[in-house]
Amino acid sequence: MNVLIWAGVVMIGGTGSVVRFLADGVVAAGTGRDFPFGTLVVNVSGAVILGLLTGLALGRDEALLAGTAAVGSYTTFSTWMLETQRLAEERQHRQAAVNVIASLALGVAGAALGRLIGAQL
Amino acid sequence: MPEPSPDRGGSPSSAVAVTGVRTRVLRPGPRAQRMLPRVDRSEIAAIFAGGALGTLLRAALAEAFPRPAASWPWPTFAVNVVAAFLLGYFVTRLQERLPLSSYRRPLLGTGLCGGLSTFSTMQVEILKMLGAHAWGLAAGYAAASIAVGYAAIHLATSMVRRVRVPR
Repeated sequence: MNVLIWAGVVMIGGTGSVVRFLADGVVAAGTGRDFPFGTLVVNVSGAVILGLLTGLALGRDEALLAGTAAVGSYTTFSTWMLETQRLAEERQHRQAAVNVIASLALGVAGAALGRLIGAQL
Repeated sequence: MPEPSPDRGGSPSSAVAVTGVRTRVLRPGPRAQRMLPRVDRSEIAAIFAGGALGTLLRAALAEAFPRPAASWPWPTFAVNVVAAFLLGYFVTRLQERLPLSSYRRPLLGTGLCGGLSTFSTMQVEILKMLGAHAWGLAAGYAAASIAVGYAAIHLATSMVRRVRVPR
């Protein structure tokens, strides 16, 4: 592992986080704040892309930079859980359950779809 | 962020270069303010810095403890649960306990916790478990991540709220 790769992880991780923030803002601005569509769109799209990268069978460094750093920082588990807990706290139990189940189902399906596409490339 | 103009007093780096731009950005007509999401360069920089650090920690852990495909992914599980706890702590404390600050939430919440945790890796790990016909492992990993992650947010939130603020 060389320093350049890790410098790349740092820069790409920062960029992925900013892209997540901007994408979430754009989606949330279009769909309102009743349901956390922003995080859902970010996470599912990220799962598709990471699935695609998995299908490509990248080398070790490429997988670290493109997968772990870029797509890993773009998607988020913590915000998904926070938004679910806040929905439940506001007695929106249905919305909270939908947020958990939809993210998980679409996430796994998206990753499978991405891997299928990646394997064809 | 819907807050109109939070306190800018404590942001040393932005004061010099951006002041001229900021006065224009912060005071557009009421219509423009509603239509365009305000992009605050210092906020973006804070998210970048936090996200870079969070990602570095997560990537280092993943590289240090590589896991076979159909086994419990401890590195991902650990960073996700820790990030959930920290996010619950930061967000509750910053929203309900501390005076309004512009850059702590983007730095620590959106940046650090967002970069430290990951959803996509978890989904691909579940997909690989399903591919290896490790159904119980896949279901257990998904359920445990969600249950413990949720509990971590809940615990952090109630810890912050239990501390009374003097008024």
